[in-house]
Amino acid sequence: MNIIVCIKQVPDTTEVRIDPETNTLIRSGVECIINPFDMYAIEEGIRLKEKFGGKVSVVTMGPPQAEDALREAISLGADEAVLISDRAFAGSDTWATSYTLSKAVQKAGDYDLVICGKQAIDGDTAQVGPGISAHLDIPQVTYVKKIEEVDAEKRHMRVERMTEEGYEIIESPLPCLITVVKEINEPRLPSLKGKMRAKKAEIKKWGAKDLNVDPDLIGLNGSPTKVLKIFTPQPRGKGQILEGDAKEVSEKLVELLRSEVL
Amino acid sequence: MDYLLTEEQIMIRDLARQIAKEKIKPVAAQYDVEGTFPWDMVKVMADSDLFGIYVEEKYGGTGGGSMELVLAVEELSKACGGISLALAATALGTYPIMLFGTDEQKQKYLPDLAKGKKLAAFALTEAGAGSDAAAVATTAEKKGDHYVLNGTKQWITNGGEAEVYTVVASVDRKKGARGAACFIVEKGTPGFEFGKKEDKMGIRASATRELVFTDCKIPKENLLGKEGGGFIVAMKTFDQSRPGVAAQALGIAQGALDLTLDYVKERKQFGKAIASFQGVQFMLADIATEIEAARALIYATARMVDSGAKKIAKDSAIAKLFASDMAMKVTTDCVQLFGGYGYMRDYPIEKYMRDAKITQIYEGTNQIQRAIIASNLLKDRVS
Repeated sequence: MNIIVCIKQVPDTTEVRIDPETNTLIRSGVECIINPFDMYAIEEGIRLKEKFGGKVSVVTMGPPQAEDALREAISLGADEAVLISDRAFAGSDTWATSYTLSKAVQKAGDYDLVICGKQAIDGDTAQVGPGISAHLDIPQVTYVKKIEEVDAEKRHMRVERMTEEGYEIIESPLPCLITVVKEINEPRLPSLKGKMRAKKAEIKKWGAKDLNVDPDLIGLNGSPTKVLKIFTPQPRGKGQILEGDAKEVSEKLVELLRSEVL
Repeated sequence: MDYLLTEEQIMIRDLARQIAKEKIKPVAAQYDVEGTFPWDMVKVMADSDLFGIYVEEKYGGTGGGSMELVLAVEELSKACGGISLALAATALGTYPIMLFGTDEQKQKYLPDLAKGKKLAAFALTEAGAGSDAAAVATTAEKKGDHYVLNGTKQWITNGGEAEVYTVVASVDRKKGARGAACFIVEKGTPGFEFGKKEDKMGIRASATRELVFTDCKIPKENLLGKEGGGFIVAMKTFDQSRPGVAAQALGIAQGALDLTLDYVKERKQFGKAIASFQGVQFMLADIATEIEAARALIYATARMVDSGAKKIAKDSAIAKLFASDMAMKVTTDCVQLFGGYGYMRDYPIEKYMRDAKITQIYEGTNQIQRAIIASNLLKDRVS
């Protein structure tokens, strides 16, 4: 089973501060990590490989230092890694990013499954995974919390997809793309032998020319999203807690609603 | 301080640090209270290849030595001196095989130990033979193609949990130390049973049990070294392993300091953080100085051991003595800095003081370390 995992390097948000002037992230001096949801995607890919054989390739699009994220993925057990990096990709929104990544997935060769984390903790859009599947024209299942069964011969899989109320069981033909939630597994730590392998591993680097992308669909020009303004929303006012037994509280509540809202 | 570690040593240190922080720290208090064996943590360490860091590559390790083991044990002990001992005590039980085993014995036992699939334990101490290691009363009688073991070993770390035991027994009690021999005994061998699990003051995540041998037959191929060489096996093993105990003490002390630094910045008295008082600051400075001195000494000793130096008994004893006395003093001072809270079990610091104490006692009491140091001093001066 050949699996492609798409990951993103993000600033460690436990250490991130916001510049009050520009309302943007202060990135300098902040450690970069693999997006935590992508750690579950990598782990699930490695578990499927351990069960069914094949290989796990990890792909990321980002600046040259995103190579560190790929090496970490190899130390965890991924077999190959590709860095998609080019000045031409700068300023990509989720549309242009998912288009570019879909081209990379196609170039990476035969695959049965693409796995992404459900969203990145910096942008929080949850759009890139579904976007890749749309560009590749393959089925997608988002918020997967369990892979119930994979039938490599009949080329289909059955998964549990988390919803707000519970979960759905969904069958999909392969190849398909899934995005995963943290309930799916507990990511392993790297091994020493994995770290040694990662240090020596050759990371493939592909730019715009290698991917044969349409120049109008990449980077800032290929991005329909325009950021007009970034602002910090006003904090919500303090709530009010009513005390007493159910009858008293409900009476007080009705009174308050009448006087203040209605 | 920069100790000019190799790239691989930095990898080992960082990996052990990550395991300590992400996996061990959250469960350390629970294991301390329950006193159960941390098999889930053993698996984490094994999956990360930490059990092989001091074992030759041809036997499944990553080919490091004492320095690599020291770095890992130090980092793990920052989070829990009991859980780190599953690894350190396995090293102690494995050293006799690495130092004195035949290629066949190494092939048979080292790969599983290096992968952490099996744990090891070293068994010398008895009720009547502790510091006086030559007084071992467990006997090994040769009968045809096997030995028959009888006797009881006491306070064996990893006892009951380990699969592979290196056991010192006497083949000829009349000869005292020269009548001892070391044997590999596998768990499950008929006649080999375990006594009660000890209820300890500290390192409570570590299992300490009696080993009871009753007409326990082991094949003669399990003799390590030669008959009469058991005492040498034990002493050479301790020479190798003492930097490991010293590193455990070092990690416990550093872990205690780290917690204390956080605490003194938060705790307020007289309207300000107690960290702003010079009396507190001087204590912190002394603690850090003593820890760094121990670290420098331990790393230097481990590197000397790895260089293949022959005469390591004195320096290895010095490192163990200094680091463990330092850890006891430092953890006591850290409890002091926590004040009344430090004495309460709700706070994590008192555990460090309890865990530190054993490092002054086992793998040779600090009185025995002083005896080793002094005898080497006097001997060297004469010649």
